[in-house]
Amino acid sequence: MDMKEKIEALKARFNADLEAAKNSDALEKLRVAYLGKKGSVTELLKGLKDVSGEEKRELGQHINSLKKQVEEQLAGQVEKLKAAEQDRLIASAEQYDVSLPIAAPQGSYHPITVVQRQLEEIFSSMGFTIEDYPEIVTDYECFEAVNVPKDHPARDMQDTFWLDNGQLLKTQTSAAQNAIMRKYGAPLRAIFPGRCFRNEATDASHENTFFQMEGMMIDKNISISNLIYFMKTMLSEVFERDIQVRLRPGFFPFVEPGFELDISCLICGGEGCPTCKHSGWLELCPCGMIHPNVLREGGIDPDEYTGFAFGLGLTRLAMMKYGIKDIRDLNSGNLKALSQFKHE
Amino acid sequence: MLISMNWIRDFVNLDGLELEPLIRRFTLSTAEVEDIFHMGEGLRDVVAGKILSVEKHPDSKKLHLLKVDGGDKIYDVVCGAPNVREGMLVPFVKEGGMVSGQEIHCATIAGYESHGMCCSEQELGISADHSGLMELPADAPVGVDITRLYAIRDIVFEVDNKSLTNRPDLWGHYGIAREFAALTGRPLKPLETVELAAFDGLDPIDIQVLDKELCYRYSGLKVRNITKKVSPVDMRIRLFYCGSRAINLLADLTNYLMLEMGQPMHAFDCAKVDSIEVRRFDSPFTFQTLDGQERKIDENTLMICSKGQPVAVAGIMGGLESEIEDGTDSLLLESANFDAVSVRRSAARLGMRTDASMRYEKTLDPEMTVPAIGRFMKLLLEIDPGAEVISRLTDVYVRHYPPVTLTFDKAYVDRYTGIAISDEQILTTLRSLGFGAEQSGSQFTVQVPTWRATKDVTIKADIIEEITRIYGYDNFLISTTVSPLAPRKRSPQNKTDNFAKDILVQRYHLHEVHSYIWADGKKSRAVGLPVEDNVKLVSPQSPDNETLRTNMGPTLLAVLQENRAFANDFGVFEIGRVCEGTDHDGAAIEKKVLGVALFSRTRSERELYFQLIELFSTLGKELKGTAFRFANCAPTHAFQHPRNTAQVLLDGEALGWLCTLHPAVAGKLDRRGVAVCAQLDMDRFAELAPQPLAYREPSRFPGIDVDLSLLLPEGVTYADLAPAWQAVDPALLADVGMVDLFFQNGQKSLTLRFAFSSADRTLSREEVQPVVDGILENLTRLGASLRA
Repeated sequence: MDMKEKIEALKARFNADLEAAKNSDALEKLRVAYLGKKGSVTELLKGLKDVSGEEKRELGQHINSLKKQVEEQLAGQVEKLKAAEQDRLIASAEQYDVSLPIAAPQGSYHPITVVQRQLEEIFSSMGFTIEDYPEIVTDYECFEAVNVPKDHPARDMQDTFWLDNGQLLKTQTSAAQNAIMRKYGAPLRAIFPGRCFRNEATDASHENTFFQMEGMMIDKNISISNLIYFMKTMLSEVFERDIQVRLRPGFFPFVEPGFELDISCLICGGEGCPTCKHSGWLELCPCGMIHPNVLREGGIDPDEYTGFAFGLGLTRLAMMKYGIKDIRDLNSGNLKALSQFKHE
Repeated sequence: MLISMNWIRDFVNLDGLELEPLIRRFTLSTAEVEDIFHMGEGLRDVVAGKILSVEKHPDSKKLHLLKVDGGDKIYDVVCGAPNVREGMLVPFVKEGGMVSGQEIHCATIAGYESHGMCCSEQELGISADHSGLMELPADAPVGVDITRLYAIRDIVFEVDNKSLTNRPDLWGHYGIAREFAALTGRPLKPLETVELAAFDGLDPIDIQVLDKELCYRYSGLKVRNITKKVSPVDMRIRLFYCGSRAINLLADLTNYLMLEMGQPMHAFDCAKVDSIEVRRFDSPFTFQTLDGQERKIDENTLMICSKGQPVAVAGIMGGLESEIEDGTDSLLLESANFDAVSVRRSAARLGMRTDASMRYEKTLDPEMTVPAIGRFMKLLLEIDPGAEVISRLTDVYVRHYPPVTLTFDKAYVDRYTGIAISDEQILTTLRSLGFGAEQSGSQFTVQVPTWRATKDVTIKADIIEEITRIYGYDNFLISTTVSPLAPRKRSPQNKTDNFAKDILVQRYHLHEVHSYIWADGKKSRAVGLPVEDNVKLVSPQSPDNETLRTNMGPTLLAVLQENRAFANDFGVFEIGRVCEGTDHDGAAIEKKVLGVALFSRTRSERELYFQLIELFSTLGKELKGTAFRFANCAPTHAFQHPRNTAQVLLDGEALGWLCTLHPAVAGKLDRRGVAVCAQLDMDRFAELAPQPLAYREPSRFPGIDVDLSLLLPEGVTYADLAPAWQAVDPALLADVGMVDLFFQNGQKSLTLRFAFSSADRTLSREEVQPVVDGILENLTRLGASLRA
């Protein structure tokens, strides 16, 4: 048999062997048998040394072509087997039930925190400093420094939680005004959320412990016109819609003039409905131009600076936002109620 | 307070104006109107009817069969009123007419048709009297509409009293009328009064103000020969519409004056009281006020006396003894001014806040007492011309308020308002409100009227309010502030609170709660805890809530207990305030703390306890880049476990504590669950400066981990072992961590992993082994041994 016939015979045998090889082990054996150091193809190549000239070149091409064919076919078969194995793994794999009720543990923020943070973000974006203040304060902080006269009813026993050491639980966030003015001086933009206390009977809409958020803006030439503009802008952001505001005279010792601020009713938009008692307006918060005495007491010259202040009822805002009907739920620690506020 | 527009129109002409929009304007410029009532609207075809005949109903004791002349025809009417009689003129609703908003139809009553109805005052809505038919005067024209006979139709509005607290001038119709005059630009008519100087020739009354501190002014006048007893219908209607009750002419007149001018007055029966002393008493006694109550009068209460006998509580209520009775025909009229705070406090002490005291506590204008007497006499003489003044006006004016003059320039108004209000508008507004206002160049000089000068208007900012409220805030052009750009400082407290909440909620799935700053005795008892002594509330709402809490533990343990049914495994936290007693000045030591409490029926107490340590460690690392240390300490609160209470330490300072529960408390909390709690001082924590992050190039060389499994004798802690590797170069020993911990045969088995690494070379086992041997040697000295 000459070389050519040997090559053809080997090719035929390889095709038959490949056909018979059904797994990767058999394929590996086949590779060794044909392409290994003593493999049939390798042997053929070795046999070339006895041939010469033109014939050697021609035969060499034939054998190399055979070697390439064997290599390719082997590799192709390996790939095929791998694919078959993967198909088998896929077919036998468990398909997971993604509809199972998988527990996703979640904590919860107190609703006051949620609302407070939303407000803090709004005020931060407008350049306001956020301040914190104690709950136990002195008569000076709570009353005298903010122009509440000595004989004002708020300073009587019945409305205020006085302590047996002569201090009191702050009745209003305004108790922080003086310290904040003294800390930063003018110009000043600050909000100070905090807990306030009133000695009154509790029911679904009254609590003795509740949250307010007070704000101040002090600078040269701050005017009533600025106050109205600011409140409208800020409240539109808070309620995420265009809010109409209106001011009515209101008396608070720390401001002059003082206002009660109403907003267009959130339910009916001003048309009149039971929520706004058909007036189209909801009373929302007190505000006003900071009283000159309060500025002076805070170390700020009222002839040079003016400013406005406002007090938002955080507790009320949270109740409005989430439709909480009983104010007592907020301090109840009842997780059936509170755990619902899982995200912001 | 209820305001009658008919009454207002006595003083300002509002003809041609729509009243409701005007009243709404009042809300925006003066004080909040809570409600508007249309009086007399429920009446239609109610006329003066003459009862021509009265026949007894054959089958009824109460009913009568009447023939009533309605002016247009004669009506058959069945009537049950007791005072019905022939010839009487009564308000009569014709069939088809309306009363109290109800249409009256022909009805068959006890077998007889009734074609109308005779009315009581209550049915007309003009008083509460339903004792019988209202009797009209004999000269009333038959058939005339009742609303033409009397001022039944009226618009009455209710002003929120709270919004009037700082406006003593608005506690009567005349003051409110002044506001309407200013709002409409129409003139305010002067009050018609009697010229009291006419009586100067008569004897004065013996009035002695012995307490010159609490009585500012006391004016009096004596009158006799008063024969009329009943007030005119129109006056009674106004009183009724404004929430008062008609009693008798003299009492009604004092009430009418109070509602009109805001000046409380008192009429003493002159037969019982003919001289006055105003004083306090040195010792307490009881006094019967005219509501029949026995009142305890103490040494702080100002009293009106006559010949040494108390006859009235000054500014609050008269005495029963000197009350005006039906037979009274002479009176001593009091028109006085008392100290506002004293009246408020006395009224609160006595538990009787009356219409008079409510007004006095607003600091009334003492200038009002004399005009009020002049006005009283004007009205009295119109009703009862035979009344005779028998004293001169006696006026003891003890304390005057100083006149208030304010000056400011136009630039001040412009700066404060931010809009342009003209000079003319400023002057007109102020003058319409009774201020004296003059302008010289850009300078304004304003004389505050006495009725605004007792406390209300004292500084120039108050003038801004007067100008702007009448100008109308709705008319303001609004504009943004113009301020220099400045960076915002975020306080470390706010930042720390918010980040801590995020970690606790998002990473540890805790629930945030709020509670009270005082300890809750009832809830504490439920978990077997006493309330720790601390600063107390002077007037707590319940004795159980009188003491401020010293720490967050009992609060949160109570929350756990109350929520046992919520879940088998949950945790809560609160960032709130506690009070750690007082400092040497007596000031409360308030602290803002984070309290955490965990509860579980599925995990062990040890797991929960170590969860707390992890949680606090995470807070320390995430917020401040700092590592807390934990060390056992003696318990300081009853709920803390004597063996498992630990301090949270940083640089030797205790920032908080954590604990498992004392068995006495644990047993009460829940039988199947376990709980732990902890507290961190958030003030101190927020103050800590965050450790700067020190970046190190990552080592390109692999390190070597060496695990050592150690057996520890009883009582030896990890912290006891730490000195064993203290001397090793931290550049070589990068970290020591715990792999596992278990107990075997009563011994603690702890596996530690020592991570060695180098920044500049691959470490070899040979290089590390001597270091490990050194550590082992040290560990052995400390009592640990290698596990076989």
